[in-house]
Order: sequence, then structure tokens, then C-alpha cells
Amino acid sequence: MSSASESRDPHNAEYLHGSDHANVDLPHATLRGYLTGFGLSVILTIVPFWIVMGHVFSDKNATILLVLAFGAVQIVVHMVYFLHMNSRSEGGWNMMALIFTVILVVITLSGSIWIMYDENANMMPAMTPDQMQMHTMTPEQMQQMK
Amino acid sequence: MSAAAIETADNAVPQFYVKDEPHAEGGVLLGFWIYLMSDCLIFAVLFACYAVYGHNYAAGPSGAHLFELDWLAVSTAALLLSSITYGFAMLEMARKRKGAVLAWLAITACFGLVFLVLEVNEFTHMVLAGAGPDRSAFLSSFFTLVGTHGLHVTFGLIWMFTLMVQVARSGLTADHQRRLACLSLFWHFLDLVWIGVFSFVYLIGALS
Amino acid sequence: MQDRSELMHFLLGRLSLHAIPYDVPILVWTFVFVAIGGIAVLAAITYMGKWGYLWREWFTSIDHKKIGIMYMILAIIMLLRGFSDAIMMRLQQAIAFGGSTGYLPPEHYDQIFTAHGVIMIFFVAMPMIVGLINIVMPLQIGARDVAFPFLNNFSFWMTAFGAVLIMLSLFVGEFARTGWLAYPPLSELRYSPDVGVDYYIWALQIAGIGTLLSGINMVVTIIKMRAPGMTLMKMPVFTWTALCTNILIIAAFPVLTAVLALLGLDRYLGTHFFTNDFGGNMMMYVNLIWIWGHPEVYILILPAFGVYSEVVPTFSSKPLFGYASMVYATMAIAILSYLVWLHHFFTMGAGASVNSFFAITTMIISIPTGVKIFNWLFTMYRGRIRYTVPMLWTMGFMFTFVIGGMTGVMLAVPPADFVLHNSLFLVAHFHNVIIGGVLFGMFAAINYWFPKSIGFRLNEFWGKVSFWFWLVGFWVAFTPLYVLGLMGITRRLNHFSDPSLQIWFQIAAVGAVLILFGIIAFLIQLYVSIRDRESLRDTTGDPWDARTLEWSTASPAPPYNFAFTPIVHERDAWMDMKRRGHQRPVEGFKPIHMPKNTATGFVLSCFCLACGFGLIWHIWWLVIASFVATIGGAILHTFNYHRDYYIPAEEVARIEGERTRLLNPQGGVS
Repeated sequence: MSSASESRDPHNAEYLHGSDHANVDLPHATLRGYLTGFGLSVILTIVPFWIVMGHVFSDKNATILLVLAFGAVQIVVHMVYFLHMNSRSEGGWNMMALIFTVILVVITLSGSIWIMYDENANMMPAMTPDQMQMHTMTPEQMQQMK
Repeated sequence: MSAAAIETADNAVPQFYVKDEPHAEGGVLLGFWIYLMSDCLIFAVLFACYAVYGHNYAAGPSGAHLFELDWLAVSTAALLLSSITYGFAMLEMARKRKGAVLAWLAITACFGLVFLVLEVNEFTHMVLAGAGPDRSAFLSSFFTLVGTHGLHVTFGLIWMFTLMVQVARSGLTADHQRRLACLSLFWHFLDLVWIGVFSFVYLIGALS
Repeated sequence: MQDRSELMHFLLGRLSLHAIPYDVPILVWTFVFVAIGGIAVLAAITYMGKWGYLWREWFTSIDHKKIGIMYMILAIIMLLRGFSDAIMMRLQQAIAFGGSTGYLPPEHYDQIFTAHGVIMIFFVAMPMIVGLINIVMPLQIGARDVAFPFLNNFSFWMTAFGAVLIMLSLFVGEFARTGWLAYPPLSELRYSPDVGVDYYIWALQIAGIGTLLSGINMVVTIIKMRAPGMTLMKMPVFTWTALCTNILIIAAFPVLTAVLALLGLDRYLGTHFFTNDFGGNMMMYVNLIWIWGHPEVYILILPAFGVYSEVVPTFSSKPLFGYASMVYATMAIAILSYLVWLHHFFTMGAGASVNSFFAITTMIISIPTGVKIFNWLFTMYRGRIRYTVPMLWTMGFMFTFVIGGMTGVMLAVPPADFVLHNSLFLVAHFHNVIIGGVLFGMFAAINYWFPKSIGFRLNEFWGKVSFWFWLVGFWVAFTPLYVLGLMGITRRLNHFSDPSLQIWFQIAAVGAVLILFGIIAFLIQLYVSIRDRESLRDTTGDPWDARTLEWSTASPAPPYNFAFTPIVHERDAWMDMKRRGHQRPVEGFKPIHMPKNTATGFVLSCFCLACGFGLIWHIWWLVIASFVATIGGAILHTFNYHRDYYIPAEEVARIEGERTRLLNPQGGVS
């Protein structure tokens, strides 16, 4: 990241308008790359849809886990094949930023879920997921109530 | 008057000043990527809300009652196709073929519009059925998360249209190539967020 | 008549003459003074014919040095407003005992403590930090400007117009009464139906966009625009803290944006994120807002730590002790700041495992700060210490902040926090660390970098007067609050029944008056320095015999910063250059590529201000029109491809020639 050949930017591309050379450090995209990514994405989309719409598993937890797993894999596919994510782009800073963001997203999600579950359990038992799940009705039932 | 000592002599004063300014290395793509990471965090908050409120139906309808997965499949397909057509636009940009770029961008925009129309349609039906964002915390977080994604798609389309006008007018300049690269990041990122949405919100929410 | 009121309702939303607080004498008189002062300033500018100059040289400037100065001016003005709120509160709490209800009824007092907090954090501390980083960091890394100069200008105006909205709330409508974090359900529509919370939301959303964009700008600048040879581990520590601070900004402010948007949705569209009913959960707001809030306080303190890391080596005439550990400590603090947020709501009802986890992480995060304190002390040890004003502020910080940090560790113990949460002990703790840490750091920075930024030093005597009044005043004002907090007295009260407490509040009021003298001394310092500027002029560019690159430029630095980009070989690059006999180039100048000034940032921010005002008062046509204008203006801006120009080589030669003359009045070259 701090290579000796660190170049600096007095003529920042942001205001180097009207110049001929595209100093755009574009990643090397190929048709094969895009088609591979697309193909993988299609499969990784169809399978979860099928699992849910076709009621393939009786165990709800297994379904949830699979759907999330396929989603996670497809996210990586998008990163690699569409966003051209690699550890070299922008001197490794893109990857750094991504890793840092992923860590924060995980902390935000898991922290919030843990904290709110705990607080609901202690302070508002009626709001815990198992309690709240019972309180639902269909739109038709709602219509009938009007 | 002594000469400016910019020259380096061995074992003497090292060179402290640049003679020729180094070649510019743009910061726009990195800056835009970092902005996208910050956008990720906004979505993280919205996902966290959905995770916490996902079962707070307040005696109203749940996802199982509301989500129509066949339409979801169509809109997901539209967005995924738009991703690959944008990819084709970028390949044509590398080949400097302005007309092909504009064509693929137009197709991408069409797919994006299909996605938006389906989403607006879905929202309208839900609101009319009494399942609007004010019905329950579950619906508030659903509409906000999915709606924020839809707003991003809308802004992306406005941006795409603007870029199409600019490229049509003055061609594939360095600036325009940079902007197309940024929009590429943005557009693929939106498809990425959508993976999270259709998996976590719709597919799992539709289970009962 | 019905039609007319419908028309007025369409045009003005819920705004009416009732929004103007004629019946509150304090506000009426405040308005009179502000109006007189404001008209005087505008008249003076007009009389001197300076509007063109202000517009061309300052408001439309994309020069990071000027933008930084504008941020500092904004911050100092808002400091006066925020401090007025503080003095009013101290006075009220000193007299409102038993039968006396004081002079501030609760609905007024509540707005004052809310505004005090919002202003001090968002419109004093944040602009000071962003302004300081703007002024110093590009010079320290040998760059010509930041990565995105136009965005920099836009960020400033968004912050400034956020402040304008807050100030507007004083005279048109009212402000929130919820405390500076606006917890629901109090901040929900049901319990705060008026415009106050809406002012809060939109002022912060507008300023927040500016801050987030500034964060991205600074990070890309530091990553991409360092001088050749300046690897990360050769950067000045202030630049390191600037990097970590701006990473925290990028990582934290989106959360604030999202949470305030959710609160806004609850208020505007009737959603149920944080309501009492229909599945809402107000604890989620507290959780989310503190996910932002804790990194925010590290955003505030890290740059101050950076300032101290520059001041201490310079005035100890020694390199910083433990550079690597300083860097790692800064990074550790930045990362750990994401793992402690629950300590702000230990009492909200989480169980023992959750509370213990966050208690432990909170205690861990104090360790890297301790490393920093030791490094500064070891830097001073056996140094040749000069007790200049920045050094005094630093030494005051070391003593004050460490104690404040210790009270923080006390609060980190959940059972202790169950007694101390939301007591005056908590209030004393955070003022201890924010004033002792952040504010002292900003005053050190102002005194240290003023000559570089403006061209002459600040008057030493009045600087020392200000420092001593602040230091003593702070302790006199807040030690009583620690005592009261330990006795169990709650925060945010405007009246007390127990007369035995009064003496403590009276002592605290005296402390506030001492701080007031400190502020007045600072204003006098500015006046005297401007008056005596020729005798205080910095002709060398390096008045302190300092160590980092910014001191290699003239004071103030020319628009292009460096005629030739420096090459860095060692840490403390400027000290290295001085020691190894660098020769400043005096010929062979080349044209320098620079961005043009632009009005777009100002104009777009005006539209955003109008949009915010419309949203607050439900003036929907204004909202739509200004929103469309903002987007349209931004799109139009992208059609402008001629945003740069070259400073001719002759102009560079002329400016550098003037500096040569200043450096060598007798002739010859340095």
C-alpha cells in the first residue's frame, strides 16, 4: 500500500478536464468474465427461488440458511465478475475499504440484533420475535374487520 | 546568487524538490468506491431495522400474505439483465465505440425502468390493500429498505440518461469514461444490494 | 376569506405570524442585538465595497486554506451562541431553588440545553476539526489542494446552512426540546408536534451531507496525493489522525443520516419505527443513534490528539517518542470505537452478558489513549521545552483529559453507571473530555497554526490570559457537577427543591463566568493581534522552528502551496530538509495547474436550505421546487467542463520572488 513508487496528484484528474488521455485506471473487464458472472448469478438466483416457491424443505431453518448462503455466494460473484474486485486495484485500498465496511456491517447487524433481542426480552417481552409472529392477519381478514 | 540546488550530488544534499511534476493519478474512482461503502452502511442500518422489526406485524399482514414471488422473479431478472447489459456497454467503451455504448446504455435503462415499474406497482397494491408503511413496524421497515433501493435505482437512471446525453453530444472523453466507470460501480452495487433484499426480505419473509 | 386562507396555507404551510416569539422578552432582545450587529456588519462590508472581493476570493473559493478559515470563523461564531446557552443554563440552575422558579420556564430551558448540545457538537467542534484538517493536512502531505476541491466548497456551505437553520429556529418557530439526540417517543409527532424536532432533523441532515462528502474528500487526498517519498509511516501524526478521523466520519455519518431519516419518516409519513404502538420500538433509535454517536466522539478527539502530537515535539525540540505506537494506537482507537456504543445506554435494559461485553470493550479502549499520553510525556522528557501558548494548552489538556478519562472508566462499570447515568456526573465527565480534550486542542491548534494560515502570530499575553481563565474556569464550573452527580442529582433539570444543593450550582456559575472571561480574552487576543499584525508578522514561514512540511511554505502559503512538489526522505520532513541543507528553488518555475473558483457549491446549498425550510414548515411547493433545482443544478454543473486554469510561470516566479526578499532582506538566497 505504501510502495516507494507512490505517485502523487498535483494535476488531479478531477479537474484535468479536456485532456486526451484517459487516466482512468479501469480494471480489465472481459466478455467471458461478464458472461461467467451472469451465468453463475442466474443459477444462484434460480435455486433459492425454487427452494422457497417449491416448498422443497419442510425445515424452515434449512431453507433460510440455504437462501442466505446462496445470496452470500452471489454477492461474492458480483464483486468479482461485475465489480472487478481484487486486492490490487487502487493499491489495495479498494479491498481495505471493502473489508472495513463488511466488518462494520457485521457489527451493526449482529450488534443491533443481539442488543434489541436482549432488551426486548428484558423490557418488552411482547416484542420478541416468537411473540410477535403470532400477531398477524391477512389483508382479506383486515378488510373484513373494517 | 547561487543556483537552485535541485540537482543531486552523491553523498551531498539529497533531492528535496521535484523537477517534473509526477503524472496525475486520479482519485475519482477510489472516492466513488468509498462513497459506495458509506452507502452500504445506510443499507446496513435499514437491514438491521428489518431484522429487528421483521416480525412486528401489529396484527396486520405479514410477508407471507403480501409477497408475490413470481413478480419478484421478473424484477430480479430485469435487474440482473441490466447489470450484464451495462457490462456490455463498458466493453464497448473500452473499444471506443460510442454508438454501441449508447445502445447498451439504453437497453440497460429499459431494464431498470421495468424494475421500477414493477416495484411501484407492488407498492401501490400494498398501500391500497391497507398494507402501507404506516400499518406496522414490519411494513415501515419493508417499504423503507426496498424503497430506498428503488430511489437509488431512480437516481441511477437519471444519471444514466444524463450521461447518455453527454456522451451523445461530446463523445467518449476521459471525463465521460470516468463517469461511466463510476456509474458502473453504482449500478452493479445496486444489483448487489438487491441480492440481499430478495434473499433476506422477500424469500425468507415469504416463508410462514 | 376561506379561499385566502387556503392560498396562504398553500404558500406558507404551517408558517404564520404566530411562529415569531413576540412574547418571549429574551428572544426579542436577542433578535434586536443580532439584527443591529448583523446590519452593522452588512453595512460595513457595503461601505468598504467588499462584496465582490468576498464573493470572488472567499465564498466561491475552492482553496482548502480559505475554506478551512471559513469553517473556523463559522465555528467561533457558533461557539459564542452555544456558550450563551451555557451561561443561561448556569444562571438558571444557580437561582432556581425552592420558591424561585428562575427566569427560564421548562419549555424554554429544554430548548436551550438541546440547542447547546447540538450547536457545540455539530456546529462548533465538527467545523473546527474539519476546518483545521482543511488548513493543515494538504500542506503537511505536500499537496496543492484536496482531491475534490469543488466538493470541499460544497461541504462547507452545507455545514454553514445547517447552522443557519439552527439560528433561524431561534426567531421563527422554536427548537427541539428533546435533548441533543432527540430520543423518541418524545421526539415523535405525538409528543413534539411542533417544528422544533423538524428543525433539528433537517439542520443535521444538511450539515451531515457536507460532513460525509468532506470525509471522502480527505481520505482520498491522504491516500492519493502525498508527496513523492512520503510513505504512510512517514506522514506526520496529525495527518494520521486526520486519516483515521475521516475514515470514522465515512463509517459513522451514514448511520446518523439513516436514523434521522427514519425519525423523519415517522414524523412525516406516519411510519412506526420508533413509535409507542404498531410494533415500533424506541430502544432501536437509541441503539442506532449511539452506533453513530460513539464514533462521533472519537471523530472529535482524534484530531485533537493529532494536534498535540505536533505541538509537543515542536516545543520540546525533540522528535515524537514512539511514532509507530502512536499510529497503531490511533488505528486501534478508531476500530475499537465501533465496539463500545452500548455503554451510553447500560440502563436501558439489556441483560448482564450484553452489558458486560460492552463494559469490557469500553475499558479496553482507554488503553491506546494511555499509550498516547505516555508518548507525549516521554517526548517532553529531556526536551528543551518552550512554554508557548500551544504548549500551555497541551499541558492543561494532559492533566484535565486524563481525569476526565478516568471518570469515563468509572462510568464504564455498569453497576456504577446505574447510579451515575444521566446524572450531573455524566455531564461533568463528557464536558471534561470534550473541553479538556477537544477544545483545548483546538485552541492549541489555533495558536500554533494561525501564523501559517493568516501570516502573523497571535498575541502571546492574551493567549495566556485566555488559557488560564479557561483552565481554572473549567475546573470551577465542573467539579461541583461531579459532586452533585455522585449525590444523585439528575441532568437537564431547570429547578431544584433542596436548598442545600444551591452552593454547588453557584460555584459552577462562577466557573462559567471565568470561562466567559477566557472567551473574551480570546476575542481580545484576535483584536490585538490584528491591530499589531506588522510586529507579529511571520516572515520566515517557520516561526516555531517546527518539523513538518507545512512550515516550509510562506506564511500564508501561496494559492498553489508548493512551487515545486517536495520530495520526502524521512519522517519530520521539514526538519530533515533543514538539517541536510536543502536549497529553496528560486528559478525554473513552471505553470501550475489549478482548479477554478465556483459558485455552484453556494447555490446548491442555498437550494438545500430552502428545501429544509420548506420541509420544516410543510411548504410543499417550496420543497419540490428547491429539490428539483438542487438536482437540476447538480446536473447542469456536470456540463461545465472548463473548471481549471494554469497559474503562469511568471506569476509563480513573482510570488516566490517576494518570499525570497522576505527571507533575505539583505540579499542572497536562503
